[in-house]
Amino acid sequence: MEFLKERGPYPDLRVNIGSLVLQNPVMTASGTFGYAREFEPLVNLHRLGAVIVKGISLAPRQGNPPQRIVETACGMLNAIGLQNVGVERFISEKMPYLRGLDVPVIVNILGDTVEEYRQLTERLVGVDGIAAIEVNISCPNVKKGGVAFGADPKMARAVTEAVKTAADVPVMVKLSPNVSDITILARAVEDGGADSVSLINTLIGMAIDLRRRKPVLANVIGGLSGPAIKPVALRMVYQVAGSVSIPVIGIGGIDSAEDALEFILAGASAVQIGTANFINPRVSEEVVEGIAAYVREHDLQSIRELIGALEA
Amino acid sequence: MSQHQEKARIIRFEQLSADNVRLTLEAPLIAAAAAPGHFVMIRAGNGQDPLLRRPFSLHQASSNGQIQIYFRIVGRGTDMLAHCRVGELLDVFGPLGRGYRIDRQAPACLVGGGLGIAPLLFLAKRICQSGRDHHRDLVILGGRSSGDVEPLVEDFRQFGRSLQCATDDGSFGRQGLVTDVLKAEQLEPGTVVYACGPEPMLARVHRICVDRGLSCQVSIESVMACGMGACLGCNVDAAGGGYLHVCIDGPVFNAEDLVWNS
Ligand SMILES: Cc1cc2nc3c(=O)[nH]c(=O)nc-3n(C[C@H](O)[C@H](O)[C@H](O)COP(=O)(O)OP(=O)(O)OC[C@H]3O[C@@H](n4cnc5c(N)ncnc54)[C@H](O)[C@@H]3O)c2cc1C
Ligand SMILES: Cc1cc2nc3c(=O)[nH]c(=O)nc-3n(C[C@H](O)[C@H](O)[C@H](O)COP(=O)(O)O)c2cc1C
Ligand code: FES
Repeated sequence: MEFLKERGPYPDLRVNIGSLVLQNPVMTASGTFGYAREFEPLVNLHRLGAVIVKGISLAPRQGNPPQRIVETACGMLNAIGLQNVGVERFISEKMPYLRGLDVPVIVNILGDTVEEYRQLTERLVGVDGIAAIEVNISCPNVKKGGVAFGADPKMARAVTEAVKTAADVPVMVKLSPNVSDITILARAVEDGGADSVSLINTLIGMAIDLRRRKPVLANVIGGLSGPAIKPVALRMVYQVAGSVSIPVIGIGGIDSAEDALEFILAGASAVQIGTANFINPRVSEEVVEGIAAYVREHDLQSIRELIGALEA
Repeated sequence: MSQHQEKARIIRFEQLSADNVRLTLEAPLIAAAAAPGHFVMIRAGNGQDPLLRRPFSLHQASSNGQIQIYFRIVGRGTDMLAHCRVGELLDVFGPLGRGYRIDRQAPACLVGGGLGIAPLLFLAKRICQSGRDHHRDLVILGGRSSGDVEPLVEDFRQFGRSLQCATDDGSFGRQGLVTDVLKAEQLEPGTVVYACGPEPMLARVHRICVDRGLSCQVSIESVMACGMGACLGCNVDAAGGGYLHVCIDGPVFNAEDLVWNS
């Protein structure tokens, strides 16, 4: 209350992601925030806009052998291999805690086939405490020679339709940046019924150990994340926001309120913070505070005034 | 276990050898929660490069709110930490992981190689404070040369253990490996071996313990991004198949739970 007296009323940071209303535009990105409980000792979870949990598949997955991660210039590569506890254990072991949190929980899902995405979504129907589903389509389609769903507009649309038809909560589709024109994919998932799109997932990269003359990662290639990818992500968010009419969620290298505000100006209704959680577990909460300070200092009615407000 | 993120003031800087540095930090919350074998994640610099925190075992944690880390300069992050000055603040996060499980009845044998000596001082202190008879305990320290071992000998002596040292070049203690010393010792049945060091050394320690039917706990390393179970990047092969994660299942493991290549 001291806080309110000193600085005036807390600014309006609410944003709408379709029918989903968030108290502020800052979410934690899938795979970088565990199942939220890991961060409980350090973060006031209820201050976040939403929490997105580690990607879930139908069956548990062990993931890739070590080495799975490596630091690169201003970033890191990961090839975790989608290790997760599987949907049944997720519902029985992780959801009871998540549902008790005072923050919307978004469940990230992944699959090998369209059918798997559909079954997974059906399994989540009626599970209490899920605010939305985020669909990771950057996975190889095992029935189509391993080409990522997210690289093929037809497949991306088919996955979206399957999930959307089965789901009882809003569906956010997470786009892969590893394509030549991301706006084509964005429009394909919009046509498939997506309520929003989030982007970007990691950019595919590689690191080599010169001394051993071997790839650093057991998987040879991995996904690049962190500040190194921010300019690419910003450009893609800007392009996608100009080509679809559903809300866009910006992801990629965000580690400050300034970064988040840039994505919002580029057209993002909200943002996700990934790798930065590893370096500063409190970063998401600090970004919320920083955005609030910006809104207050610039006498804005609400953060929504800034969405896509980039001047030409 | 409670974890804390603290801005820790550097209150002492010790260059123990050309490559090895010991920092004493004021981190009361972490110090109070810490146990031997726990580690902390420290940010080198405030910029985006290097991006990730660096993991370090707790070398000491005292009731006066101080912690120590003891590290070797091997790359950019450790080099930056080695250039910090007394009075500067470091962003430290911890304590993390599962530490050594101290067996209060069994005789203890601590085996540290190189920078693997780091977590053992804290362990020696806790074992000593446990108040039991420890005349049968033994500490074996080794390194490349005297600089890795000699500066730490006094610190271990204060905990009253019998101490054996070995160096690769024979410049301090006997010439050879810590595992040579371990092999030559007649350890009492039921002794628990607590080890930390490079992987080939730990593999040999494990083998010796298996041969003699002794239980062995090892502290191991892996690359890490988060240190707290969120990124899943720190996996190692588990003896029973599948993976273990060094930051949450370890860094201290029962040696038999891991896969040893050598
Ligand atoms: C749980 C844990 C506890 C540790 N405790 C200590 C300690 O008490 N004292 C100490 O000196 N070191 C310790 N380490 C290792 C320490 O974290 C690395 O030496 C440090 O991260 C290197 O950072 P850098 O930027 O200087 O080197 P980089 O430039 O990142 O790398 C330099 C070289 O070190 C290797 N390296 C980098 N990170 C690691 C790592 N995490 N483990 C092993 N090798 C690595 C690289 O492959 C490279 O060859 C610990 C590691 C872990 C996982
Ligand atoms: C270690 C790690 C694991 C990830 N796991 C997932 C995942 O399971 N599902 C998913 O959709 N994205 C996953 N991502 C991608 C992030 O959610 C995010 O899109 C990406 O890292 C870019 O954002 P950043 O630069 O802020 O990290 C992962 C990223 C990292 C670094
Ligand atoms: S270092 Fe991130 S899970 Fe272990």
